[in-house]
Amino acid sequence: MSVTAEDMSQQNAHKEFKELLTFFLAGEEYGVDILRVQEIKGWDSVTNIPNTPEYIRGVINIRGSIVPIIDMRLRFNLEKREYDATTVVIVLNVVSNGHADRTMGVVVDAVSDVYNIPINDVKPSPDFGTAVDTEFVTGLATIDEKMIIVLDIDHMLNAAELAVVDKIES
Amino acid sequence: MSIDLEQFHETFFEESFEGLDIMESGLLELEQGEVDLENINTIFRSAHSIKGGSGTFGFTAVAEFTHDMETLLDQMRNGERQVSASVVDTLLGCVDVLRNMLNAIKDGSEIDVASVADMTNALKSILGEEPASSASTNEASPVVAAKGWLVHFKPELDIMKTGNDTVRLLRELNSLAERVEVLVDNEALPSLLEIDPEECYQSWTINLIGGDVSENDIREVFAWVDDECELKIEPLADEENYVGTERRDDDRRESETPDRRAIERRNKPAKASESSSIRVNISKVDELINMVGELVITQSMLSQFGEDENFNETYMERLKDGLTQLETHTRELQESVMRIRMMPISFAFQRFPRLVHDLSAHFDKKIELVMTGETTELDKTVLEKIGDPLVHLVRNSLDHGIEAPDVRVQKGKSETGTIHLSAYHQGGNIVIEIKDDGAGLNKAKILEKAKQNGLIGHDDRLSDDQVYDLIFRPGFSTADVVSDVSGRGVGMDVVRRNIRELGGMVEVKSMPGEGSVFTIRLPLTLAILDGQLIGIGEETYILPVISIIESLQVKPECINAVAGNAEVYRLRDEYIPIVRLYQIFGIEPTSEILNEGLLVVVEAEGKKIAIFVDDLLSQQQVVIKSLKTNFKKIEGLSGATILGDGTVALIIDIAELIDLYQKNMARAVVSIKGGGLAA
Repeated sequence: MSVTAEDMSQQNAHKEFKELLTFFLAGEEYGVDILRVQEIKGWDSVTNIPNTPEYIRGVINIRGSIVPIIDMRLRFNLEKREYDATTVVIVLNVVSNGHADRTMGVVVDAVSDVYNIPINDVKPSPDFGTAVDTEFVTGLATIDEKMIIVLDIDHMLNAAELAVVDKIES
Repeated sequence: MSIDLEQFHETFFEESFEGLDIMESGLLELEQGEVDLENINTIFRSAHSIKGGSGTFGFTAVAEFTHDMETLLDQMRNGERQVSASVVDTLLGCVDVLRNMLNAIKDGSEIDVASVADMTNALKSILGEEPASSASTNEASPVVAAKGWLVHFKPELDIMKTGNDTVRLLRELNSLAERVEVLVDNEALPSLLEIDPEECYQSWTINLIGGDVSENDIREVFAWVDDECELKIEPLADEENYVGTERRDDDRRESETPDRRAIERRNKPAKASESSSIRVNISKVDELINMVGELVITQSMLSQFGEDENFNETYMERLKDGLTQLETHTRELQESVMRIRMMPISFAFQRFPRLVHDLSAHFDKKIELVMTGETTELDKTVLEKIGDPLVHLVRNSLDHGIEAPDVRVQKGKSETGTIHLSAYHQGGNIVIEIKDDGAGLNKAKILEKAKQNGLIGHDDRLSDDQVYDLIFRPGFSTADVVSDVSGRGVGMDVVRRNIRELGGMVEVKSMPGEGSVFTIRLPLTLAILDGQLIGIGEETYILPVISIIESLQVKPECINAVAGNAEVYRLRDEYIPIVRLYQIFGIEPTSEILNEGLLVVVEAEGKKIAIFVDDLLSQQQVVIKSLKTNFKKIEGLSGATILGDGTVALIIDIAELIDLYQKNMARAVVSIKGGGLAA
């Protein structure tokens, strides 16, 4: 059964919906809550930060704030890919355990689409091999028979390197 | 009328603390023997405002306490009481107690009842020596409840329009006393045709009988309307005295009304806010408005060029002019905005007269405090954080620096020691000096202590400055006797650390027998830094100009290798380690050969390093942005900034860089050892 987003919204008028922005990374389509997306911008040069892991590409200036840029491919140990015309930086607002919001940018292969899906349709992800650790996956959604991996960006962008440092500081 | 009074609390506390500061400085002046009526009046007014405000907000404990102070001050004001040291001391103590009370209320913690009671007793005993004369009862409203009260209440016509309901007031009165008799005066009521239902024509005469009612209780009921009505409150002479017969004027009680009104009015327009606020001189705001006006003019001028189709040479000239103007205005605007954050250093200095007064009594020393340059302005954040280090330094000078009077006389100095506190601008920095004419630092004792604590080896030879600098090392205290004032082991190292956190530095100069000078250098603001841009490979970094000693071209003969891997540079009579920044930060450099680049000698925490860079770029003021906001703290960096072309440049923290360098060296040594073992 193929259902368009519009049909679904009519059928499930009483359900709660969530809008997802989806993007491509190494052939798979991932989704993030669109309310967390601040802006999408093309790849531009960054200022490197010394003594940080390779996946932290550096920082850029977004209207006066210093925003770190994280390469998603490198973050998940995927094969490196030259940045090209479709490479974009998605600037996200991240909530770190109740702390004030941070703004961070992630580098992805390309943006795809915006979908409106009922929250209930996001199924828990089974233990199978997506490129991204299931730890960071909220669930899987199906749209037009495509699978979309819904990411938990708060967890993802606070995990590992970033979270460790926070603990030491506190 | 329901108004959430809590929104005014912030303002009340702020004003009260200001009032307390005024009282304190006034009292200290009094103590110096200058009985100036205006001064006493100022103290009195502050006390009165606090009393009025706390009454309005229902902080009765504060109001009652202040009331006694006010009574005493009033006697002084009227010349009925001699200004004596003991009275001033008691009042100073009261100021402290009051400050604690207000702090407790502000934080929502318990008031220290014992200290309040002690002070109240002290006040009462002074007041008791000489019973309050008739004039002083002006301010003192009777606290003891009379048998009953006769209240005459005549509201203004439009009282209802301000949202007040007279019925509610009456109902509240009713709840106060055991028996309430009310007589309505309807005389002013017009005929039904002319009546405006939103106006109040009646007046009331009320007998409150029995119950434990004080005049203040009644006034409180009318607190919100007392500038919109005629209110007379008289004690009932006879319980059976009936309503409506007496209409005596009573100027005496009216006297309190205007003051209270003033307080309320001042509180009303203030906005509630959780964050800390600054008071800005109106002239600074006007300046900003002017500046913005100019900016708007320039903008409209420039926008004309965008609209015009026929763009030619002459336009180009004017466009350039316009852009120059825009640049000037923007810079001026930035400066004015920064100036809003600037406050005179007197805010940090004003606590010292009291501190010196208390401590010199404590140590039995005679000390005169001289302050200069109190109007020097610096950033509010810096100002708030410099207070504690300053207190520490002044205490130190007082405790360790200045000798006891008899010792001073023996040494042929005047009995009274002097502590000179001064602040001035010097080359984009604020310099604060704490200078005493005491004994100076004891070099031998410092050395002995440092050796004892293992800070230096037994055979180390140090210059005088290096010796004096030892006092800033952690865990250093030379006090013979550990007093509660200084010598608790957490001392000068904390001072240095706090000052360094503000991007400043502290050093000490001393002459045996003549005294010592502590000099603090601080940046004008935390938001802006004078930066030297340096190029390393493709990257641009920023060094704070304040820590740069000099930049130099490398003379190959001055480079020495120590133990194979560490390099030092001989600069005059010093050997300075060379730090190859590209190694520490993992950058691809343009050149690894020292002769092809430059060395920048920088200093932090008394340590010097020579940073090897590819190029020195421009020097400019940069706005400091935190990396922590969106990311995290990076070791070796104090923040980042945005350059003119919109790119980000990182600002190097020299002290942390030195740490990083030392860690790297240690690691290198370990790896050599490891390699040796494996081979």
